Amino acid sequence: MPPAYHLTHLRELESEAVHVMREVVAEFERPVLLFSGGKDSIVLLRLAEKAFRPAPFPFPLMHVDTGHNFPEAIEYRDRRVAELGERLIVASVEDSIREGRVVEETGPRASRNSLQTVTLLDAIAEHGFDAAFGGARRDEERARAKERILSFRDEFGQWEPQRQRPELWSLFNGRIRKGEHARVFPISNWTELDVWQYIYEEGLEVPAIYFAHEREVFARDGMLYAVSPFVELMEGERPFMASVRYRTVGDMSCTGAVESDAGTLEAVVAEIAATELTERGQTRADDRVTEAAMEDRKRQGYF
Amino acid sequence: MSVPTNRSDVASNGNGKSVVKGEGALAFAGESAQEAFKRLTERPADLLRFATAGSVDDGKSTLIGRLLYDSKQVLADQLAHVEQTSQRMGHDFLDLSLLTDGLRAEREQGITIDVAYRYFATAQRRFIIADTPGHEQYTRNMVTGASTADLAIVLIDARKGVVAQSKRHAFISSLLGIPHVVVCVNKMDLVDYDEAVFDRIVAEFDTFAARLELPDVTFIPISALLGDNVVDRSESMPWYQGPPLLYHLEHVHIASDRNLIDVRFPVQWVIRPPATSVSDYRAYAGQLAGGIIRQGDEVVVLPGGQHTTVASIDTFEGPVAEAFPPMSVALRLSDDIDVGRGSTIVRTQNQPTVSGRFECLLCWMSEQPLSPRRRYMVKHTTRTAMVGAVDVRYRIDVETLHRDESATTLELNDLARVQLELSSPLVFDSYRRNHVTGSLIVIDVASNETVGAGVILDTEVEGAHGPQTKSERSPNVRWQGTRMTRERRWRSLGHGGATLWFTGLPGAGKSTVAAGVEERLVQAGQAAFLLDGDNLRHGLNGDLGFDEGARRENVRRTAHVARLLAESGTIALVSLVSPYAADRETAAALHAADDLDFIEIYVNAPLELCEQRDPKGLYARARAGELAGLTGVGAPYEAPADPDLVLGSDQETIEQEVDRVMELLAARGLTSI
Repeated sequence: MPPAYHLTHLRELESEAVHVMREVVAEFERPVLLFSGGKDSIVLLRLAEKAFRPAPFPFPLMHVDTGHNFPEAIEYRDRRVAELGERLIVASVEDSIREGRVVEETGPRASRNSLQTVTLLDAIAEHGFDAAFGGARRDEERARAKERILSFRDEFGQWEPQRQRPELWSLFNGRIRKGEHARVFPISNWTELDVWQYIYEEGLEVPAIYFAHEREVFARDGMLYAVSPFVELMEGERPFMASVRYRTVGDMSCTGAVESDAGTLEAVVAEIAATELTERGQTRADDRVTEAAMEDRKRQGYF
Repeated sequence: MSVPTNRSDVASNGNGKSVVKGEGALAFAGESAQEAFKRLTERPADLLRFATAGSVDDGKSTLIGRLLYDSKQVLADQLAHVEQTSQRMGHDFLDLSLLTDGLRAEREQGITIDVAYRYFATAQRRFIIADTPGHEQYTRNMVTGASTADLAIVLIDARKGVVAQSKRHAFISSLLGIPHVVVCVNKMDLVDYDEAVFDRIVAEFDTFAARLELPDVTFIPISALLGDNVVDRSESMPWYQGPPLLYHLEHVHIASDRNLIDVRFPVQWVIRPPATSVSDYRAYAGQLAGGIIRQGDEVVVLPGGQHTTVASIDTFEGPVAEAFPPMSVALRLSDDIDVGRGSTIVRTQNQPTVSGRFECLLCWMSEQPLSPRRRYMVKHTTRTAMVGAVDVRYRIDVETLHRDESATTLELNDLARVQLELSSPLVFDSYRRNHVTGSLIVIDVASNETVGAGVILDTEVEGAHGPQTKSERSPNVRWQGTRMTRERRWRSLGHGGATLWFTGLPGAGKSTVAAGVEERLVQAGQAAFLLDGDNLRHGLNGDLGFDEGARRENVRRTAHVARLLAESGTIALVSLVSPYAADRETAAALHAADDLDFIEIYVNAPLELCEQRDPKGLYARARAGELAGLTGVGAPYEAPADPDLVLGSDQETIEQEVDRVMELLAARGLTSI
């Protein structure tokens, strides 16, 4: 138990994140917060409340909608935004496809995941955003372990790991040139377990798909995928019913479920505490493609 | 496949077992999911941030891999990845160092690019590791990684003993005031777990560390590869009575490392909802950098100096009675005073230093060397200020601690003691007293890069021990504060001070115009004083010649006198050839650092005209070869690039030129006429 005048690790991480958000809002002209309805961005919204209430957030929220999201996540997204009384911008991959900015992949393994990058960069340019808050964490993936809290992107939205600015103490250098922008990750130092423990301590609502539910799924590459109009079944893949939940909320086409009967926040925290697999390793096809999959996507301007 | 348990596992072939399943989980050994949940929610842990440093082959990655693996933090898919990669690299053992490799470039080249952050937890604590590479850019990376650390692990190869890099790591730990240092003497298995080897390294390190400030140093003999004394006690070193590394990390006392005495609250952001929603709510948001602040405390807002009390300490959950570091809160104050980002709120009885001039230890982090031609700014807490001048006192060799007083510039990875002069004051403490209010970064204004990191020195303490240095010869770091303030003085006089700097060729007419301005001002009842270069050379600057160094010193002294006059409320009129642009910039920076107006007036008369006038016969003597180095003839004149005013054309009379100077003064609000 921490002694007097000492914060628990979670409250210390919370304060660090609030500090980052206030610094960025003070130093940048047009920040935006990327909100997907996933657990990490749910935490970001609570941190924004802690940083700026009783005033409205000094930035809008933005969701890059692939059109292949879980309906539960979209329903939650809209409800949460309405509760907060904040403004949501939806940037749509569907529109990018229609405008010919990107070309849809085809076949049973098709996913719109990589197309998001173009939609995101277009939206950032269109609205003139110079800082985008995201919920990425360094424990998620090897490339992220090296990324700064303020991560600079050039005019093409690219991340250059060798040219990152040193980040010392809690002093952030937020100076950028016109056309450049920064991705800001206030919960860089949090782990998946921290996120769930925080959601539990704060009593935050999350989309229903994070809890165990009966769903029609099929097995592919050692993962369970939801049967949906967005994924073609391959030969030999047979749908079956199972009690599952999701550890991450991405596209239906690349996010796998885990078998679980955790129906409450308490049960989810306990399950994560005892898990033997990382969240991306267990449930994200997008990180399995090559050993450096995330690194490559980040260099191109991914979240 | 398995982790090695003796060196031959690493060297020979074919005795690996296959790992089928992850051996780790975030729950601890023997703990059920429900027990883990109970522990997490009922016995919250605290956070220890530590930095690791070591040379390329010291086994740093292996040590971190060991800590993660033996504390059961490696999950099955991560382990499977390590196993695959180990096999591909031709190992038949699990190479734990692969757990920490990050980017493709690093894997391909077998190097570590940058600081990487790792996370693990035990039942006692949560840990954040700043893993800093030991190769080139070592200093920059280690300073970055160590800046937030509560503890540093310095790795020493038992076979090599204390090497230059170990000294560098120890020195940087000392410089950054890391409260706890653990020296891990690694690869003990390669020296037969010999106690004498360990003792010798301890003694060597102690000898060096005696010259540093390391309040708490612990030595642990380990073998990262084989796991001796990392998580579990080694059976091979019964002579070592201390705890293994992980136990030490879990139990080292960090609660008293923070400053709970001096209340320091740098304001980040003003929370002010639109008038319609919450009537008249206004709170100052920030993260407490020191001390315990309580509702009702009498406080002063710096650098302005307004007094008020804390009306309320607000959080999202509601008001709290007190706050301590590193809490993020929002303060409401009893009085409606001018507070904004960059203000620092402190207790009335305990105030930091407010100054634009101080000394710090600066680490240079850019491939572009420090240059007087580039413009820099400083970011400190929530304030920024332009850098007027950087005076390098001496550079420190981080391996020998030798001081190089001849250094004038800084290159990548250099460490130096410097004096900074800034355009506006900071509100600071020494780094020794408070890491948040005592640290700063330097940003190159043109490239936007972070090029330096500095820790502010407490010069009074520094001067007490340690050899005589340039700065001690001139202990001008802290201005002798008196109760008299500039505001009081200038208000009483009815006008403020400033410096008008007339530069140009000899005979251009600088002194004539300056004397005309002086006449007008004094007649109107405003204090003005002409500092004429020739006159000053009769007294104050009588010891100076005319070579480049002497001219520079001439300008420096004159600039300081002008600054004092301006501070006193006088319009100082400097009439000086001052041929070098850099010297004039230094004079300008000196004023900028004190927030005093400095107006550069270029009296630009053509050389032929000056020569024709030649009031002192200088040109004639120079042309006759009797006078060497006359500006314009035998020495260069660097014209101002962007002067505030240009005079000297033959189209205007002296009176008209004086008029134009007076108009400029009026436009800048510097005249009471």
